[in-house]
Amino acid sequence: MPVALSHYLVVSGLLFVIGIFGIFMNRKNIIIIMMSIELILLAANLNFVAFSAALHDMVGQVFTMFVLTVAAAEAAIGLAILVVYFRNRGSIEVEDVTLMKG
Amino acid sequence: MAIGGNLSWPNAWNWTRPTDEQPFPHSHGARHMIINLAFDVFAAILLLSAGMVVSSRNPVHSVLFLILAFINAAILFLIAGAEFLAMVLVIVYVGAVAVLFLFVVMMLDVDFAALAEGVQRYAPIGALVGLVLLIELGMVAVGWTIAPGAAAARLAPMAGGLTDTQALGALIYTRYLVLFQLSGVVLLVAMIGAILLTHRERKRAKTQNLDAQHRRMPADTLRLVTAELGQGVSLPSPAPTPAKEEV
Repeated sequence: MPVALSHYLVVSGLLFVIGIFGIFMNRKNIIIIMMSIELILLAANLNFVAFSAALHDMVGQVFTMFVLTVAAAEAAIGLAILVVYFRNRGSIEVEDVTLMKG
Repeated sequence: MAIGGNLSWPNAWNWTRPTDEQPFPHSHGARHMIINLAFDVFAAILLLSAGMVVSSRNPVHSVLFLILAFINAAILFLIAGAEFLAMVLVIVYVGAVAVLFLFVVMMLDVDFAALAEGVQRYAPIGALVGLVLLIELGMVAVGWTIAPGAAAARLAPMAGGLTDTQALGALIYTRYLVLFQLSGVVLLVAMIGAILLTHRERKRAKTQNLDAQHRRMPADTLRLVTAELGQGVSLPSPAPTPAKEEV
């Protein structure tokens, strides 16, 4: 790998922190929260690929592929739930979701 | 990796995939410098667009910045030598997931301005948590080295002379075949779940009622009448049409 491993780790760490920050900052808008989750998963993938390249081990890339699969499935299901919820309630505010609170 | 030596593709790209003989090439050539410069530029764009994803007021802008972030991450993958994953990232994320996000954002008639109200209230606590996480990650990174036994513990060392896609395929279709198929099952479940969740029966739509059609017998609808000569037949009043279906 022509670029040092630490560069990749710094970038993915910052990406992860941005994703966490996005979840806290947009506490009402669940669409942005889901995008932040995508960013966090992307940071994890970047870590996997960087270590795979630094250690010359292909398993990191195989695992990245599985993470991508699960992330795509999660996005599809999450957005489907979001659409159904919006159809029923007319709102996507996270703080309105208190039906199961009892 | 048990692949025959007959796969001798042109290895024009192999500067990103050094073989085990030279694990960390530190050739300080011009190419090396350009690659490092490219890494810095694309990493900066990646982080900036990620910041715009979480801080943009308009969710459509957020999605577009998410696409930009994914493209730049794909370039970083490319620099690390993971060409196949870079292409998958572009095709799956930019082509499918981000467009799905865009579709949902545009389809839902949400008052996004109202949703963005609490941002000022939550930004400090978010910044606090982010700062704590960053400090923790920095503390981990300070005294960190790769374990000396890491090279021996590798599960699938990269073989020289194979492109990234070939090496990945040689692995997922042999040793990780079951996991690979199971990830397909995950996608199938997600697809069925998403369709099932969002599918809406449209009552107005005219559809075929196969059950009623199959149960229908000639005696129910057909009546043979012998007409007397010159008198015709007296037809009963037509059966009342079934009540209109609820709309």
